Amino acid sequence: MSETVTSTQVHGGGATADQIVSVDSATNQHIQVRINRGEAGEIEGRWEEFTVPLAKGMVVLDTVLWVQAHQANDLAARWNCKAAKCGSCSAEINGKPRLMCKTRVEDFNLAEPILIQPLQTFKRIKDLVTDVSWNYRINATIKPFTPRQDREWKWFQHDADRAQEMRKCIECFLCQDVCHVLRYQTEEKPQFAGPRYFVRTAGLDFHPMDGAERLEQLADEHGLGLCNITYCCSEVCPEHIAITHNAIIPEKERVVDEFHDPVKKFIRKIQKKK
Amino acid sequence: MKQTLTAHVGAPGFGKTERRDAWWLEPLLVVLGFATFVAYSTWAAFQVSNYSYGPYLSPFFSPYIRPDWWPANWSTAFFVLWIPGGFRASCYYYRRAYWRSLFASPSACAVSEPKRDYTGETGTIARWLPILHRWFLYLSLIVLVWLWIDVVKAFDFDGHFGIGVGTLVMLINVALLSFFTLGCHALRSLVGGNARCFSCAPGGNARYGMWSFVSKLTQRHKLWAWFSLFSVGLTDLYIRLCAMGVLHDIRIV
Amino acid sequence: MTTTTTSQIHEADVLIIGAGGAGLRAAIEAAAQGARVAVICKSLLGKAHTIVAEGGIAAAVGSVDPRDNWKVHFHDTMQGGKFVNNWRMAQLHAQESPEEIRNLELWGALFDRTEKGGVMQRLFGGHTYKRLVHVGDRTGLELIRTLQDKAVAERIQVFMETTITKLLKHDGKICGAAGYVRETGRFIVFKAPAVVIAAGGSGRIYSVTSNSWEGTADGQALAFRAGAELMDMEFIQFHPTGMVWPHSVRGILVTESVRGEGGHLTNSLGERFMERYDKERMELSTRDVVARAIYTEVKEGRGSPHGGAYLSIAHLPADFVKRKLPSMHEQFLAFAKVDITKEPMEVYPTTHYHMGGIRVDGDSTATNVPGLFAAGESAAGLHGANRLGGNSLSDLLVFGARAGRYAAQYALGAEHITPSAEEIALAEHEAQAPFEATGENPFALQEEMQNMMMSEVGVYRVEEKLKNALNQIRDLQERAANVRATGSVMYNPVWHTALDVKNMALIAETIAQSAHLRTESRGAHSRVDFPNYDANLQKGNMVARYDGQNVTVAFVEQPPMPQELHDLTYNKPEVAAAA
Repeated sequence: MSETVTSTQVHGGGATADQIVSVDSATNQHIQVRINRGEAGEIEGRWEEFTVPLAKGMVVLDTVLWVQAHQANDLAARWNCKAAKCGSCSAEINGKPRLMCKTRVEDFNLAEPILIQPLQTFKRIKDLVTDVSWNYRINATIKPFTPRQDREWKWFQHDADRAQEMRKCIECFLCQDVCHVLRYQTEEKPQFAGPRYFVRTAGLDFHPMDGAERLEQLADEHGLGLCNITYCCSEVCPEHIAITHNAIIPEKERVVDEFHDPVKKFIRKIQKKK
Repeated sequence: MKQTLTAHVGAPGFGKTERRDAWWLEPLLVVLGFATFVAYSTWAAFQVSNYSYGPYLSPFFSPYIRPDWWPANWSTAFFVLWIPGGFRASCYYYRRAYWRSLFASPSACAVSEPKRDYTGETGTIARWLPILHRWFLYLSLIVLVWLWIDVVKAFDFDGHFGIGVGTLVMLINVALLSFFTLGCHALRSLVGGNARCFSCAPGGNARYGMWSFVSKLTQRHKLWAWFSLFSVGLTDLYIRLCAMGVLHDIRIV
Repeated sequence: MTTTTTSQIHEADVLIIGAGGAGLRAAIEAAAQGARVAVICKSLLGKAHTIVAEGGIAAAVGSVDPRDNWKVHFHDTMQGGKFVNNWRMAQLHAQESPEEIRNLELWGALFDRTEKGGVMQRLFGGHTYKRLVHVGDRTGLELIRTLQDKAVAERIQVFMETTITKLLKHDGKICGAAGYVRETGRFIVFKAPAVVIAAGGSGRIYSVTSNSWEGTADGQALAFRAGAELMDMEFIQFHPTGMVWPHSVRGILVTESVRGEGGHLTNSLGERFMERYDKERMELSTRDVVARAIYTEVKEGRGSPHGGAYLSIAHLPADFVKRKLPSMHEQFLAFAKVDITKEPMEVYPTTHYHMGGIRVDGDSTATNVPGLFAAGESAAGLHGANRLGGNSLSDLLVFGARAGRYAAQYALGAEHITPSAEEIALAEHEAQAPFEATGENPFALQEEMQNMMMSEVGVYRVEEKLKNALNQIRDLQERAANVRATGSVMYNPVWHTALDVKNMALIAETIAQSAHLRTESRGAHSRVDFPNYDANLQKGNMVARYDGQNVTVAFVEQPPMPQELHDLTYNKPEVAAAA
């Protein structure tokens, strides 16, 4: 599959400048990318290697789009904004879940091929595209924002900070992909909503004007307790949301606060007696 | 509505990954760190002497409890050690550390595990760990007060104010232990984190202040966890070596 | 290779094409009216281009500056649009956007707050007061997530990764739409008496753009092919500050908030060159002026090493920059290895927004085709010749809601007609055509068109270049009709691009023709050969029509403005209820 492409081919068709390789950023170097391709449902897939002209500052998504435009026209990949804001181009690059548009080629050892795989947790649709619809189904089960009616519509920046951090999420599902509770989950396992939906729930729970109660849902239906704090979700988050630290653990602690804190239980008992 | 996901990764196996970085380094260092501490502390805890020197008392043996019926050749460290032990075993940082290193669950992110099914915190463990942590937090706060009292006593050289190297060692140790204990995630929730809107809650500003303070410590929970773990061991070692006459404690004041 | 597909017919009262801000807002409103709604989403839900909007939502809520009100906002919008805006839309937009902010908050949006506990607002070019409600520099994300959550809570049906290729009509009225599902390639048919086009813009027609791959003008093309008129197609906003370097991210947006929060533009001589172009407003002049200024500085040899201007915010405290512009900080660090708290950014104009689009009625967003409505960037009118920053997000809220309301009302009183089998078969055949074709690779053709449009119909336009562009576009259209797809129908990018380029080539012609006819310079449309305003051309707009073969563009005058609005437009409104 590998093929060397000369710069005339790159520029092709009388175009004045190539989308990816332009005069001021072109190099004479080429790099190898190895893309894992496959049809719907294929787990292992097949590796295909391509030779791509290197441009300064190029990102992994550029190499995939270059291959798509020049060598494998039907190579399926999901992408939208190419500015790390929409979270569509999630993949596993050299074994790590990352956004293709935010991963610079030059950060790797270019003597070796760059490996690009689809997200491993989700079923493959084609090539690098996976079926992430399960996430949307889980999302629909979360109790929506419910504005409080009993209090003035007024709050301050420090009240909003915690929820705003959660609302930075771009739904790239890298956390869902890397989370080993989901990654190795088989049909028999109890349900686990995954980091993304603990983040969403925390974003609602820490909204200063929200009045809905989601703790029981979190603890039971969404399996919050199953998380064993590996911090992998936080490690891969392209928005740098401290998922474990500011969403999962605070929610776990809120469950304890609400239902299990010994001191609080004691105080409540006394208050009841009075 | 039940929504179960079937993952699509290949067969299980220890350490299978396409990652090319040194992902095994962190779990390896953690195992070595734990092993060093556990080996030393177990040995030290079984010792029945040399745990104090002058005004200094080893943190392993504080608060010092010795009932009359306790056999003379049994260490008293075990009256206390289960508290910090339990506190750390149920701590969020330590859980991350031991799941990743000792149990390979997972060794590193996106690295395969020996078993395909998730075996981390499930069932009873998942339910009880955070609850136990809350109990241990309350107990650890009491122990922490004792350790501070020990430090105050370490300024008292037979009724005269003084400072020795051992005083400073104990002071640094208790400071690190305080940073660790007061940075506890359970405490962070308790003092303010469980408020959904700070400015609307009763005493909201005070709670926001406390929450902000604890949050700063929590941010570096890993750092304090390791520093305080080693400082406890080294404090014990320092006092022990002084008591054994190997080291000479220098009086500064 | 062709795979036989089976069409399935889905029914709805209102079919909404596009799931960005306007589409979702329309869906929520239509559902609230009691209509059965189906939303078509070309990508996954929540990935629409609205997400990339950074700076804020312009709405005269007066939280930061109580002097602000709808009259001032209307005045600013008309001034910014160089008076060719649809004045009714500008009026409704200014009046109704504060209410839309309130709606978003009730649905869970969390905007930045002032010290008094109200919503924070920031200043943008062309706005008299601090007006843009925002969340740091990720306002679009907040908006789309809020609407998405609301739509999910309302159980609105969304068809993700589905592309509509044709609107279906019966007796001149809309009766549905047809398209394909990306995952399977399966053909899909909708039966609906009302269709709202909220499919965004056309930025991908140009090579340097801030638009995502989705901005391929398909909403405009669908409506155009169904007989709807397009308007103001010559007005394409080149955002003054796009990233320049590295080349791979060329065109990515650098938010106007950088200037709004106090950023300075300088050239290679270190001059704050905006002094020469707009001494009064400097960096916060309107986008058309700033874009031309940067273009001119670079052209005259005072550019940065990679051919841009310097934009610096490094004179402000690093903490402030990180808090107010977190995603800019991250973007430059990740892509260019530039720390904007210490070093300047290099910026150059990038294709950003299409002021033109589907011609609609200002109140109802209805087009000239019964049953067809349009809102958001797909529609034209509100922004005139130049859009003010922040007005697009309020546009899609106000007119998204109106489109949903009026489409629902229309649909609930309309007859539901099943599209005919022949029409469905024809639509399917047209969509499958690239698999039978023997022409060229659509990726190469698309790239050629993008480069041609950038150089021939770019920031500055001139007679010969526009003529040349028109010739080339006709050639491209012929070739686009015959581009080939290989592989299967399942998630096949070459097939999708083959269909996209046909839309892009058609819309490119409307842009070039309108630009050719508007023999003046106004707002974002700058003619080297006609550098001034033409008073006659201020009276109306270029309207494009399509008969299935030929594109024709004609000048159409607007109805005269009521006296009150006329006064508001040309005289700065008295500060209402000051102090």
